[in-house]
Amino acid sequence: MNKELKDSTPTDSEVILGILNNSETALKKLYVAYFPMILQLIINNSGDEDDAKDIYQEAIIVLYNKVKAGDFELSSKLKTYIYSVCRRLWLKRLNQINRYGGDIKDFQEFLPVEEDDLEKHADRDVQFKKMESALQLLGEPCKTIMEDFYIHNRSMQEICERFGYTNADNAKTQKYKCLQRLKKLFFQQI
Amino acid sequence: MSERQVLENIERYHSGQMTAAERKEFEAMRKADAGFDAKVVEHQLFAGLLKQYSERVELENRLNTIHQEIDVHDLKESLMAHPLWIVRIWRNHHSKISVAASVTILAVLSVLWGAGKFDNHDNIQALKSKVAQLDKSNATLSKSINDIKSQQEKTDERYSGTGTGFALTSDGIIATNYHVIENADSVYVQNAEGKSFKANVLYTEPQHDLAILKIADESFSSLGAIPYSIKRSESALGEQLFTYGYPGRTPTFRKGYLEAKTGYRRDSLHYQIDINILPGNSGSPLLDGKGNLVGITDAKEAQTEGAHYAIKSKYLLDAIDNIPEESLTQKITLSKKNLLAGLNDVDKVEKVKKFTFMVMTLDN
Repeated sequence: MNKELKDSTPTDSEVILGILNNSETALKKLYVAYFPMILQLIINNSGDEDDAKDIYQEAIIVLYNKVKAGDFELSSKLKTYIYSVCRRLWLKRLNQINRYGGDIKDFQEFLPVEEDDLEKHADRDVQFKKMESALQLLGEPCKTIMEDFYIHNRSMQEICERFGYTNADNAKTQKYKCLQRLKKLFFQQI
Repeated sequence: MSERQVLENIERYHSGQMTAAERKEFEAMRKADAGFDAKVVEHQLFAGLLKQYSERVELENRLNTIHQEIDVHDLKESLMAHPLWIVRIWRNHHSKISVAASVTILAVLSVLWGAGKFDNHDNIQALKSKVAQLDKSNATLSKSINDIKSQQEKTDERYSGTGTGFALTSDGIIATNYHVIENADSVYVQNAEGKSFKANVLYTEPQHDLAILKIADESFSSLGAIPYSIKRSESALGEQLFTYGYPGRTPTFRKGYLEAKTGYRRDSLHYQIDINILPGNSGSPLLDGKGNLVGITDAKEAQTEGAHYAIKSKYLLDAIDNIPEESLTQKITLSKKNLLAGLNDVDKVEKVKKFTFMVMTLDN
């Protein structure tokens, strides 16, 4: 690992500003700084390094979205926030797989987590999973047309040329059909 | 208005492409028709979700890239809670304890024997004849083994070149040097038991002297969990390393250490290592003491007397990433586990053996 990165724990405001400005360095510093703490928590509480990666990334995503949405207030240290979220997520996971013995070995101080945040995150995750499988079932060329138009904001003219449709109207009809199918696939899932 | 046109209008409305007059009309329609209004809202939510989904995928990819640079295995070692002293003593000294225990048992037995406790002639006679029997069946066995060996040697002659390769996945994806298979018409790999399988060349990177093969043989079954993981970061000078491969078609274990982080004429593709790499070793796995795969030994560059080289594992990881999706039937999932840490050399070889293959080629 890069020594400089390892040694420089970023300040909390550096991280938050970094996330807001889409800074790759800030994200990396944040990630590298607190991962060991979470690895320690998980491997000493019946998990392995892959569990640690999953849980940690989930917590980083929760933090990231909260900052981006503008409703993150720094009421505690960022370190404590991340630890608390991971601890909560891991307890939940342990309960799901029936490995929780009612006792968790702690290495840091922690605060109660706003369940709201985690629930919102879990709900969104379910939606994303649905979208992922809907897109997969959709197949080509629909998948690429949907991504081009709705994600990469490409114009119908560009899409028309890329896929070799004879006129823009054909491309529009195709796009409409694809969207209808995607919606159907998405809403069909339980 | 058709459904398609309705949708188009909704999208133009959301992206602000409507003229002021159109907009006014559109909004009036929303007010008047609750069903229409619901459609507008639903579409906006759905399109938003699609966009957020793609942002999430991108963020996850970014995090995974960062994660790859962390040496998780090293960290894990240093963070494990230390076990009880009695467990530690057993772990560190179990071989000595076992020896002491066997010596005690032996001493007790010999005292008993000396005291005439085992004076039983019949049993000894029976044992003797049993041993004679075993001797005989042993001789037959070694004869048939020799027969098999000579057969094998004969078949080996067919091949025009050999090197070494090692498994990346349990379903038979194998890495080796490009120059090993460069002129090959067909490629075979042979496992530690002497069984050979037909393999296809899946992907090559001649500039890094790397090739990825895939065993394509019906008789091949899964290898089980790969005991090493591939390291992305560079290893340190002086790091203890070992390799296992087939120079001269003989399974060979060699160890040494990392001498320099650059190779022949200071190229950054290679490490220089203090391990003798002979022809046939090309494509052997180079592992560190913890079971990280740190390089692929490369005999081609060993022109300089006494200097030996291995391609850094980072280039292998990159090559794996570069394999075109179309040529894979399923995504490559690399092992993240190191099952070699803490083993002695004999046990390490025993573990690695199963995953290392002799690569044989038939040239055109």
